[in-house]
Amino acid sequence: MFNYRKVAIFLGHKIVRLIILLVAVAIISFVLVDMSPVDPVRAYIGEMAVSGEHIAKLQEYWGVGQPMWEKALHWVWSMLHGDFGTSLIYRIPVIDVISERFTASLVLMFTSWVISGVLGFTLGTLAGMYRGSWIDKFVKGYCYVLLSAPTFWIALLLLMVFSVYLGWFPTGLGVPAGVLAENATFWDWLTRLILPATALSILCVAQIAMFTRDKLNNIMSSDFILFAKARSEKGWGLIKRHGIRNILIPAITLQFLSFSEIFGGAVLVEQVFSYPGIGQAAVAAGLRSDVPLLLGIVLFSTIFVFCGNTIADIIYKFVDPRIRESESNE
Amino acid sequence: MNKPVDTPKKKFHTSPLKLNLRTKTILIIVLTASMLVAIVINSLFIDVSTITTNFSSINLPPSFEHLFGTDWMGRDMFTRTLKGLGLSIMIGALASIISTVVAVILGLSSGMNKYLDSFVSWLVDLFSSIPHLLLIILISISLGGGVIGVIVGVGVSHWTTLTRVIRAEIKQINTSEYVHLSKNFGKSKWWIAKKHILPLILTQVVLGVILVFPHAIMHEASVTFLGFGLSPHEPAIGIILSESMKYLATGVWWLAFFPGVSLLIIVLLFDLVGDNLQKILDPTNAHE
Repeated sequence: MFNYRKVAIFLGHKIVRLIILLVAVAIISFVLVDMSPVDPVRAYIGEMAVSGEHIAKLQEYWGVGQPMWEKALHWVWSMLHGDFGTSLIYRIPVIDVISERFTASLVLMFTSWVISGVLGFTLGTLAGMYRGSWIDKFVKGYCYVLLSAPTFWIALLLLMVFSVYLGWFPTGLGVPAGVLAENATFWDWLTRLILPATALSILCVAQIAMFTRDKLNNIMSSDFILFAKARSEKGWGLIKRHGIRNILIPAITLQFLSFSEIFGGAVLVEQVFSYPGIGQAAVAAGLRSDVPLLLGIVLFSTIFVFCGNTIADIIYKFVDPRIRESESNE
Repeated sequence: MNKPVDTPKKKFHTSPLKLNLRTKTILIIVLTASMLVAIVINSLFIDVSTITTNFSSINLPPSFEHLFGTDWMGRDMFTRTLKGLGLSIMIGALASIISTVVAVILGLSSGMNKYLDSFVSWLVDLFSSIPHLLLIILISISLGGGVIGVIVGVGVSHWTTLTRVIRAEIKQINTSEYVHLSKNFGKSKWWIAKKHILPLILTQVVLGVILVFPHAIMHEASVTFLGFGLSPHEPAIGIILSESMKYLATGVWWLAFFPGVSLLIIVLLFDLVGDNLQKILDPTNAHE
């Protein structure tokens, strides 16, 4: 059974940690961006023609010449009020950009997260089950190659084969050109999700499959498997009863720990397929020095990764029966 | 013990192809390492000016004359790829050295006292909770782009795993009896770190540099692909690939295919060196 009091204390600790972490991340990223030689006023003006008076006003708004801590304080203060500033590229509040983009990205990441998890676990189990067979060799080869392949290159290859050569999918953009986002049909949206999700899944499969395979191999060479075999258990029954039970929780934990990687992968994949997600916004913000947007994205992605790590911790601490038992016996 | 045992020694050494595992491993390491060095040296000798634009031979598919084909400006893609690979390997080398140095310093200081230890582990948590790619982007912006930005960015974001390994190792060493003895003899912490800990973690450090390498190269390529860091004239692999994206729709597949494959092969080679070195250097696996 869940020990609810323990979970609550644990979550309380985690929330405190998250706040400290966010403050630290905010400070670090603020200092980094502030060190940058890029002039925010210049970035804001862009190609517009503005008067000198206007520039002075903008400089005041961006705090040019103010000491860094004053700017930082101002930023944090307005952020606590829910005001993340206005994006320079999109000219709308940062929070709106992030909520819209993050939703799109979450759909993409969640889809590939689930697909890669299920597929990776299955492949890993098969490889571990038929150790040394051609399945094992295939899975191993696949994982080795995929772990060394640059994410964006795989995405490029998929784009090349399926969009350009076969012409099955459009070459990019979240919705067809000339159609408003609200008017896009579910089908439009789905066809644009398939390739990015495939690219992202293909890459994430490798890690989990490799992990499952090694773990299963370890378990299969343990004494209780030998004993089970001596009791004439074999084949799928043996794997199901003694193997999967032991590797499922570590595998799920690992999958939750991979949020950071999946985010990095999503940034690249979104860039290749011009999928309108948070990663694309981050790259655009970075390239065109949209400081408020970039800082906002960094904070939100930190929360995202932190959630993954916390869930992994919870699974490890409270769901795994072995650790749960040993904790309650203390 | 001195009795000559008539082991079937011949069985293992009759054929020159049936080398024992150790020799084979060393051979693999030497071969792959020399290949990588050859690529770097080769790319150093490529003069950028020889990659000339030649509009009489644009967008040629791969042939014997142009192994990887030519691009929309008639430049030979093989030469450009080679140059880019050399650049990537050098950036990767610098970045992994930086991250290893950071990891060793933080790992060693975590062994000093309790507060430093929790500080280091907090720092590891902090850096691993910002997605790598975003951190690299942030750092490369703060340094105003350029090669330095990429090197520092990749270096600063890759030390966490190695620090964890070193920290765990040091914890183990610190509980050993000889360290306790040294402490009782009144040796300073610094002395213990230098004499007892450093020699033992040296293997991990050497391995760390090489195992970080593939990640460093891949992140370098990703960041340049996204357009941060190197200028578009520099033939880095990431830039070559991002350029090729514009020409994908016209069916010029070789522009994206070959540079990517070569990068993949380089990363695989590094993995191979790393894995085999680990086999040799790590005594716990020595019996395999």
